[in-house]
Amino acid sequence: MLYINCPHCGLRSQNEFAYGGDATVKRPELNKEISDQEWDNFVYLRKSPRGKHLELWHHISGCRQWIKVERDTSTHEIFKTYKANEAIE
Amino acid sequence: MSQDFRLDNVGMVNREKKISFKFNGKKYFGFEGDTIASALIANGVHLVGRSFKYHRPRGFFGVGVDEPYAILQLDRNNERDPNIRATEQEIFEGLEVKSVNCWPSVNFDIGAINNFLKMFFPAGFYYKTFMWPPSFWYKIYEPFIRMAAGFGEASIKHDKERYEHKYEYCDLLITGSGPSGLASAYAAAKNGARVILAEDKPRFGGSLLTSDVNIGNQTGVEWTEKIIAELKSMPNVTVKNRSQVFGYYDHNMLVMSERISDHLPKTQKYLPKQRLWYIRANEVLISSGSIERPLVFGNNDTPGVMLSSAAKEYMKVYGVLVGKKPLIFTNNDSGYETAIEFKKNGVNPIILDTRSDPSSDIIAEAKNLNIEIKFSHVVVAAKGYKKVKSADIAKISDDKKKLFNIENIECDCICVSGFWTPSIHLASQSGNKSKFNEKIDAFVPDKSKQQENTIGSANGIFTLEETIKDAFDKGFDVSNKITEKNNKISVPTIVEKKSTDHDKFWCVPLPKGKSYKRFLDFQNDVAVSDIELALREGFRSIEHVKRYTTLGMATDQGKTSNLNGLQLVSDIENKVVPQVGHTTFRPPYTPVSIGAIVGREVGKHSKPTRKSPMHSWHEKNNAVFVDAGVWLRPRYYKQGNEGLFEASKREAKNVRQNVGVCDVTTLGKIDVKGPDAAEFLNRVYTNAWLKLPVGKARYGVMLREDGIVMDDGTTTRISENHYHMTTTTAQAANVLSHLEYYLQLVWPELNVNVVSTTEQWAGAAIAGPNSRKLLMKLFPNLDVSNEGLPFMGYKEADLFGVPAKIYRISFSGELAYEINVESDNGYFMWEKIMEVGKEFQIQPYGTEALSTLRIEMGHVAGSELDGRTIPYDASLEGLVSKKKDFIGKRSLNRSAFTSTDREKLVGVVPIDKTTSIPEGSYIVKDPKAKLPNPKLGHVSASCWSVEYDNPFSLAIIKDGKNMIGQKLFAMSPLKNKTIPVEIVSSHYVDPEGKRVRS
Repeated sequence: MLYINCPHCGLRSQNEFAYGGDATVKRPELNKEISDQEWDNFVYLRKSPRGKHLELWHHISGCRQWIKVERDTSTHEIFKTYKANEAIE
Repeated sequence: MSQDFRLDNVGMVNREKKISFKFNGKKYFGFEGDTIASALIANGVHLVGRSFKYHRPRGFFGVGVDEPYAILQLDRNNERDPNIRATEQEIFEGLEVKSVNCWPSVNFDIGAINNFLKMFFPAGFYYKTFMWPPSFWYKIYEPFIRMAAGFGEASIKHDKERYEHKYEYCDLLITGSGPSGLASAYAAAKNGARVILAEDKPRFGGSLLTSDVNIGNQTGVEWTEKIIAELKSMPNVTVKNRSQVFGYYDHNMLVMSERISDHLPKTQKYLPKQRLWYIRANEVLISSGSIERPLVFGNNDTPGVMLSSAAKEYMKVYGVLVGKKPLIFTNNDSGYETAIEFKKNGVNPIILDTRSDPSSDIIAEAKNLNIEIKFSHVVVAAKGYKKVKSADIAKISDDKKKLFNIENIECDCICVSGFWTPSIHLASQSGNKSKFNEKIDAFVPDKSKQQENTIGSANGIFTLEETIKDAFDKGFDVSNKITEKNNKISVPTIVEKKSTDHDKFWCVPLPKGKSYKRFLDFQNDVAVSDIELALREGFRSIEHVKRYTTLGMATDQGKTSNLNGLQLVSDIENKVVPQVGHTTFRPPYTPVSIGAIVGREVGKHSKPTRKSPMHSWHEKNNAVFVDAGVWLRPRYYKQGNEGLFEASKREAKNVRQNVGVCDVTTLGKIDVKGPDAAEFLNRVYTNAWLKLPVGKARYGVMLREDGIVMDDGTTTRISENHYHMTTTTAQAANVLSHLEYYLQLVWPELNVNVVSTTEQWAGAAIAGPNSRKLLMKLFPNLDVSNEGLPFMGYKEADLFGVPAKIYRISFSGELAYEINVESDNGYFMWEKIMEVGKEFQIQPYGTEALSTLRIEMGHVAGSELDGRTIPYDASLEGLVSKKKDFIGKRSLNRSAFTSTDREKLVGVVPIDKTTSIPEGSYIVKDPKAKLPNPKLGHVSASCWSVEYDNPFSLAIIKDGKNMIGQKLFAMSPLKNKTIPVEIVSSHYVDPEGKRVRS
């Protein structure tokens, strides 16, 4: 079970969190004309990298904040965690 | 029966307390502190089971977790417990165990015929035998294999025992209380670290219990007792026996199973049977020790052949002799220790040493004791069927290839020692890649992967002095890292006998003309010949060889067989072991009971049960409850002999004719607050929200980004910057996460806060033509006329002294109101509604009537918004704004969503007006069409329309609206029904919506 450092609460076990997928996906702005391809990329297409992955976790049984976690998908090593609005290094 | 093999005054069992137990129906006696194994051996019993494949007789091979043979079935408090290792289960008064894998009895086993049908069970027989003819599989082969497979039978009854889970944190977890575990725990604890020391056996000390050593002028046992007593007295230390750390998971999470009352005759009511510990440890020291390796020779599975260390432990710990004419077969000095122990207890052993001329302290001691030693000698084969009676022994050539002078000597047990295999399972589970140590012919942990270190013999260190020194250092180092303290303990002086190198020889060649089975894996009956065959058939990867032959795949996970298997493969392939590599170690290290894994999360405890504040009223009034998500909701209120159908019909009818009240507390409620709340709702919902005035409610639909309807509900503007959102019962949690996602990540610039208020409010829906009259009496000072409180209006008022919120919204399609009060006042509200409503013929209604009412109105719910429908499919196009953007809007342009033959919502009525249509039925044009019959759509919800007194269903079918008026068929292959139906509008009752606005 992963041990995730919530930037708001500190180290907490994985069972307090829900996984939220790729954190680098950016939602297209509202009212912007975009192609079907761009929209499909946003809704459906995700990379599944082996190695470093910046991902969202929702501290659902804790502070209820969405956080960003930089994790190695093959070793589960967690390098850094960020608040939702924090700049990514 | 007398304990003929029990020694006087030796061992650690409690002679004061005699205990009786039954094995295969026969009564035996042992002492408190005995395991089933030690007690049976004391009684001279060595035949305890039959092997898995050939049904060969099985005795005892080890003395602990590595036991491959003595797997028994236990009866305890009328519960059956399979897969019990006799070497670990302690006896208690009244214990009953029996053998497995034998019928009709362990002594006379029909299955033993397999031993003579060996040719049908070669390596990979799963893939070769039982293949043809195919028709034999179902009736003959499968039942046969099922009967033969497995160790024992699990109970099919509900397990009444209690199991618990515990979460724990520590600075340092130490897995095993042998010399390295004790020393490191002591050093770390003295340096202020929070330590958990776990020992899987009842007694602490590991090898110190049986080895002849001296630590600081104390025997191993005395030193163990002293250290344990001191550790137990320290507040920063938890010491646990009967506790097996069986899994090493990510981020230093380890799981341990503690056997709390498995050794007690009857569990006290609140004492759990087992407890599973989830331990998050800053650091781990793996001190799981090592397991003696067998030597391989003919019939080496005969009862009476066992590990020499086990024989020694049976003597020293339990005071039990495994035999009175022992043969010790060894390739190293460990066998001598066992021989010396036999000699001390008045038994004359013979040592066969594969080495030609070794010399060491221990060998010298054995010689001094006049123990007969035959160097360059091996056991060729054990003789005897149910117990060793003699052995063929021989002199072996220096190249270990030729046997000379084969002779038969009498013996009643053969104690084997093929050196030691470190237990690297936990280190390997943590991700530590192991490395091969040539000196000990075994794998040891390599670089630490997680925060773990391996110490003692688990790390391939076999002298006590080095072990304890290293363990003191490691214990200090890891504690120093955490506590930053510098209290270092000095290492005691250690006296031990020096031993010399072991012989790499481990497998005795077959003499000419003999075809003895030489077993590698004792639990799965894998012999040398099976591995040879697998390699001849082309299997090369050790992982493939393992699966093909089942080597190491039994419940003991190859603790005694793994390394010999690898050695054999490398020998045949002319490789060295590290080239072959080893198979993956996976948790659990030892079998764990399902009960312990499940813990307390059984039955009703498997998820929380939420009850509304009015729950006890429902109970008192004969409500029949149904699970709605985590909530319990009344499905109907039973009157007299009514069933679900009659009761729900009565309740729904009463709503249409008079007035009904329904507990709607379970609806999700979310407070949306902030200056940008209107803008936020406008983005979340498909319809327009910017112009909703204060004091008004609106129905809204929200989508996922892929255009599928996520949820629906009404949201009311309570004040300028405060909205009260409702969600469906099932989606409440998901909707909150969804809103938080957009507020925190996508539009952080919006100044809005959301919080769940589901449990803060108790809700009652009052519906029916009499509902306004009832409301006038409940709120005499409030104007509830159609003008004062119009459809979708909202008012706050006082309900007999209790503040209440009144929403004029309707799910039933009738004139209706929802009243919310603070949860604590819910019961009061409900009683008042029932009391005042009496004169208007009020009746409570449950979820079944609620469904009936919404279905015949054509209101969609979960069965239509099933994760596949977009707003256009569910007749919700009026709610989709063309002007503004919202979550999921861009997806609605996708061609699949705009195609004309998309399945859409319609109503369905059976032509005969009497046959109910099963939910899930397919709508088809021609019921006799060739299968698969082209499907137009499916029936999503069915009810008995109380308005028209005939069945009515909702369906989602291709080209829905244009199908109205068509005569089609509803087919339910499950119910074997084909019903002629007519497609009608989904708005079956009051299509203009006059009632809700009346």
